Amino acid sequence: MSGATDDAFLARIRQVASGAASANADSVDREARFPVEAIGALRDAGALSAFVPVELGGGGITIGALASACRELGKACAATAMIFAMHQIQVASIARHLGESAWFGEYLRRLSEQQRLIASATSEVGTGGDMTRSVAGIESIDATSSRFEKQATTVSYGLHADDLLTTVRRSSEAEPGDQVLVLTTSDQTQFEQTGGWDTLGMRGTCSPGFVVRATFANEQVLPAAFAVIATESMVPISHLLWSELWLGIATNAFDRGRAFMRARARSSGAAPEGAERLSVLMTELSLLRAEVDSALATFEHYDSTPGRPQLSTMAAVLRFNNLKVAASEKAAEIALGALGAIGILGYKNDSPYSVGRHVRDTLSAPLMVSNPRIHATNASLLMVAKEV
Amino acid sequence: MHEQIRQVLSEHGRLAADVSAVADDDDLFMAGMTSHASISVMLALEDCFDLEFPDEMLTRSVFSSVSAIAAAIGSLQAASA
Repeated sequence: MSGATDDAFLARIRQVASGAASANADSVDREARFPVEAIGALRDAGALSAFVPVELGGGGITIGALASACRELGKACAATAMIFAMHQIQVASIARHLGESAWFGEYLRRLSEQQRLIASATSEVGTGGDMTRSVAGIESIDATSSRFEKQATTVSYGLHADDLLTTVRRSSEAEPGDQVLVLTTSDQTQFEQTGGWDTLGMRGTCSPGFVVRATFANEQVLPAAFAVIATESMVPISHLLWSELWLGIATNAFDRGRAFMRARARSSGAAPEGAERLSVLMTELSLLRAEVDSALATFEHYDSTPGRPQLSTMAAVLRFNNLKVAASEKAAEIALGALGAIGILGYKNDSPYSVGRHVRDTLSAPLMVSNPRIHATNASLLMVAKEV
Repeated sequence: MHEQIRQVLSEHGRLAADVSAVADDDDLFMAGMTSHASISVMLALEDCFDLEFPDEMLTRSVFSSVSAIAAAIGSLQAASA
């Protein structure tokens, strides 16, 4: 976990961002296809195991480096950044909570050797978008193996992943909130697609609904309760990494606005009419960056205490919920603001100053874990939390 | 104290079964208490025992069983006595 390790990792990420991710971002978006070139380049760079501890064969980078990687990829291709972020969220959920599990230790070694990509199935028909409840439960087959069937509303890049991490009830008798995570490999998992993924933005994440059926060995259930994994890792790290990539998209929209104004300034010899809109946008962008940076610093601080007690407090839940709501709204505002500053050349898809993709991609941000739902949760937490 | 806690749980915990079926050390979340219901329980406990849980106590583990809740209330009462 040295600075040199992080720096070398980020140098490789920047190469992927400026290479395969940028070069294919438009076609990935237009064709709503999986970013096979960029994810392939990330595999070749060993980036899929970057957050796996060194002793399990991974890169051992810090959460801060992971966050910067999401920002860099977000500047180039939002779908690639989101797939990368989601994969790392699954890796972190396993690596931080595998306990004494020999199976999961071995799994992370295999992930590192083979650069396996993990998708997740946490959403479900019938839960109203509440990830902390499951309908599907584990059914025992015999003493060593089990199965589940789950109607997942969206599984991002499910058909392109090697493995799937799924929330289910601990058993078919367990309460809806008594959940665990099961990791199944693609040869153990069947996908029956239940819808399409022809969306406004984030088109390359390829996230239709599926009925997922899997049969697996009992060791493939993570030992920690999902509620603990969600609180200490999955939710705060999701909000951090998503916010970083939304910041990346907004930053690139701003950069395109600046490139547009500079081109005009060179021909007119002064800051062109409308350039002050860039200054307004810069203020917005710096607020977004400050929020994202401060949330990362808070996470690093909370995470540095053994047992991570602060991550389970309501203050922490509120902090990272606030990040998600603020960053998702601000990123979309900045992308729209860049469109307003650039005008018709930003609106055109075939111009170098096009920000249509940025606007459409960031509009997904307030919807994925919907902001009104987060506000409802926060409102109830605020009734008991003392310091926020 | 345990009886008062159980009374609060029966009114606000929305457990799957009757609270009398839950042992002092049983996990309330596994018994069906949602995180949303746990907030109502915290508020009702603050009212019932006339105290305020500090932020560091507002965690899942502190409200995970009747015994854990009793220990938390006991420590707050001892600190203010």
